[in-house]
Amino acid sequence: MAVRNSLSGQLLRRSSVVAGARFMSSWFRSIEPAPKDPILGVTEAFLADQSPNKVNVGVGAYRDDNGKPVVLECVREAERRIAGSQFMEYLPIGGSIKMVEESLKLAYGENSEFIKDKRIGAVQALSGTGACRLFAAFQHRFHPNSQIYIPVPTWANHHNIWRDAGVPMKTFRYYHPETRGLDFSGLMEDIKNAPDGSFFLLHACAHNPTGVDPSEEQWREISSLIKIKGHFPFFDMAYQGFASGDPERDAKAIRIFLEDGHLIGLAQSYAKNMGLYGQRVGCLSVLCEDEKQAVAVKSQLQLLARPMYSNPPVHGALIVSTVLGDPELKNLWLKEVKVMADRIIGMRATLRENLEKLGSPLPWQHITNQIGMFCYSGLTPEQVDRMTNEFHIYMTRNGRISMAGLNTGNVGYVANAIHEVTKSA
Amino acid sequence: MASSVLSIATQCVSPNASSLSINETHKGKAKLGGSTLRFSKSSGRISMTVAVNVSRFEGIPMAPPDPILGVSEAFRADTNDVKLNLGVGAYRTEELQPYVLNVVKKAENLMLERGDNKEYLPIEGLAAFNKATAELLLGADNPAIKEQRIATVQGLSGTGSLRLGAALIERYFPGSKVLISAPTWGNHKNIFNDARVPWSEYRYYDPRTVGLDFEGMIEDIKAAPEGTFVLLHGCAHNPTGIDPTPEQWEKIADVIQQKNHIPFFDVAYQGFASGSLDEDAASVRLFVARGMEVLVAQSYSKNLGLYAERIGAMNVISSSSESATRVKSQLKRLARPMYSNPPVHGARIVANVVGTPVLFDEWKAEMEMMAGRIKNVRQKLYDSISSKDKSGKDWSFILKQIGMFSYTGLNKNQSDNMTNKWHVYMTKDGRISLAGLSLAKCEYLADAIIDSYHNVS
Repeated sequence: MAVRNSLSGQLLRRSSVVAGARFMSSWFRSIEPAPKDPILGVTEAFLADQSPNKVNVGVGAYRDDNGKPVVLECVREAERRIAGSQFMEYLPIGGSIKMVEESLKLAYGENSEFIKDKRIGAVQALSGTGACRLFAAFQHRFHPNSQIYIPVPTWANHHNIWRDAGVPMKTFRYYHPETRGLDFSGLMEDIKNAPDGSFFLLHACAHNPTGVDPSEEQWREISSLIKIKGHFPFFDMAYQGFASGDPERDAKAIRIFLEDGHLIGLAQSYAKNMGLYGQRVGCLSVLCEDEKQAVAVKSQLQLLARPMYSNPPVHGALIVSTVLGDPELKNLWLKEVKVMADRIIGMRATLRENLEKLGSPLPWQHITNQIGMFCYSGLTPEQVDRMTNEFHIYMTRNGRISMAGLNTGNVGYVANAIHEVTKSA
Repeated sequence: MASSVLSIATQCVSPNASSLSINETHKGKAKLGGSTLRFSKSSGRISMTVAVNVSRFEGIPMAPPDPILGVSEAFRADTNDVKLNLGVGAYRTEELQPYVLNVVKKAENLMLERGDNKEYLPIEGLAAFNKATAELLLGADNPAIKEQRIATVQGLSGTGSLRLGAALIERYFPGSKVLISAPTWGNHKNIFNDARVPWSEYRYYDPRTVGLDFEGMIEDIKAAPEGTFVLLHGCAHNPTGIDPTPEQWEKIADVIQQKNHIPFFDVAYQGFASGSLDEDAASVRLFVARGMEVLVAQSYSKNLGLYAERIGAMNVISSSSESATRVKSQLKRLARPMYSNPPVHGARIVANVVGTPVLFDEWKAEMEMMAGRIKNVRQKLYDSISSKDKSGKDWSFILKQIGMFSYTGLNKNQSDNMTNKWHVYMTKDGRISLAGLSLAKCEYLADAIIDSYHNVS
């Protein structure tokens, strides 16, 4: 086999002796092509579609009413302020201390006693995914025989994360298909039946993919039962502020658990609520009994992070700490996150209205009962395929619709399509 | 059942209970069923929380400080004026200040003006970056690129890229080992350990010559079972600064081919070692030119000064484009549950710098300047030590070594003396980062090294 290259003659002579044999075989023959990621693969397919009517209600990234990605004003301003002023030296393994401080205040409360008492072991993480993965690795290392209980359904990547961290999964009932709401009695039963001291993954607000959240009263009951069973509650909070428009309100479940004395774990993400998707900025925290334990836990989280990525990226962290650390910018952020949440809430109402006006035989109040970016429409995989193939509307096959992809320009079209594929159901 | 627990608890903390006084600062525990009640006084009221048994992480020990990153922490804590940080490998100017490359500032301004959005990158990262990084590594006209035989995935700098490679090995080459140099960058072992890939070492550093133990290296690579992954530093070996010569690289490639091993390059200093991007990539290109399948992890931390942006890449050069496609899909599948998709900022900077001819040229000039400063500092240090040390010891290894680091040959006690007596911060293996040394401090450092070498055992 000829080896074409522009290197010296000596190299050519050498390589032609061996190249023939080497090219015949490959080390990677046994590597199968991986299946497309069920969520991110949707956007890939959408981008490839040439139809002018195409709509992407697949991945959960916010869009404005013109269907355009949004960079928040508070973020742009923060970037102007930090431009050129920072050296890009390595952050500590645990990331930006300021960003972590602000994140804890946001989640645990501005005046939280736990922050004052330094009882929280916390590190900057690679957005929500990275925070979950770091916790899963931590769980695996210090509780190697434990499992994680995840709701049915949950964000698809939760399965991958705990699996790749070597932690087996069990499930608990969550979504009730008949009511398109919460299977509360099933949930409580499963919590009760799990062996004492199990690890439970809970979505703090705006459950992904269903949009179905427990009510405040239900959260209190869940908290009590988990307390009695001695389970460990791990919260994934990817939508604080984005769900109701009010970050304090969206943290209610967490605050209930804290009041009840749980020692929680928490993954936070700024991908949606600050629109920092591609910056990969988030926070992992573990509430401990005392400061000494918090310091030890943080040191172990760092020991896990070092061989994964050494230290986290600075840019997004600087944006977050600049925005949250400046009262004026923080106020602007609160306004902007409310605008996003309100637009979504408005779209929910409009979609439901449209479907009811079209005379759909099916019930659609779940669209407005659910909260956050996603709506579990109740569409079957076959109906989803029709949505895509006939109407060029892209969504995940579990029937999840990203409300952020809807706008006044396309909501009518989408409602019509949903009606078409479901009217004979 | 929950309510009965709470009511019992309430009775216990009635203000009239004789066992507890509100005015006492009292912390106590009472067992109730399987849970533990805690009483604590806070701001004049008794508040009660029910602890969920004990913390799940009660027995967790304090982890040791990172041997490399911990050095900077210790340095920061030192209040002495003469202190010198030769620990972590981050470039410093002659004034010992961190350095943001001009091209990076320009690229960032461009990005700010353009108002780029912050959407998720695809799992494999920014396409423009992936293209640029493969071309930088191999040369744009490399057949492997033309034939699309390279799977490139943006990674979290060198560490993250290595971790992806390690995860690929663990999943698809179960039982395969990695051979790493003795010594190597401290984090290599952590990465393979945490990825559950077994490793062993090949001889590399010869303390007698403060140079390469070439015979030992070849012997150990030969002795490894067929199909071993051999971790090689593309240039500017960390921590020793000792690189094989071109002739030695040929022989290393020979024995790796003979044994059907797979070379795994860690390229963290391309352009930074010699000042030339092409020259520093010669070792990798040699292997690829022979038609070998190669893994290569890259980092832009040092050569573009993008340390904290975490930008690098994992490249797998394979024998066919079909194979590369499959491998890339599996690398993505490993990345998704680690971090979903990589951070965009650093990738855009690299793509802009490499993709804009004026900026690319400017970058090459800045890189030559950085590498040049290191070479000058090596020379000055060598001159200072040679003139002060009358023992006849050969210090020329300082000049022969290349890149940011120098293995001084000092042992742990001697290194400790450097820190404790001279306030010179370095890693315990005797490694100093020349990037943290100024011409002005060479004399001082020379004194410290001579003292530690001769007066401490």
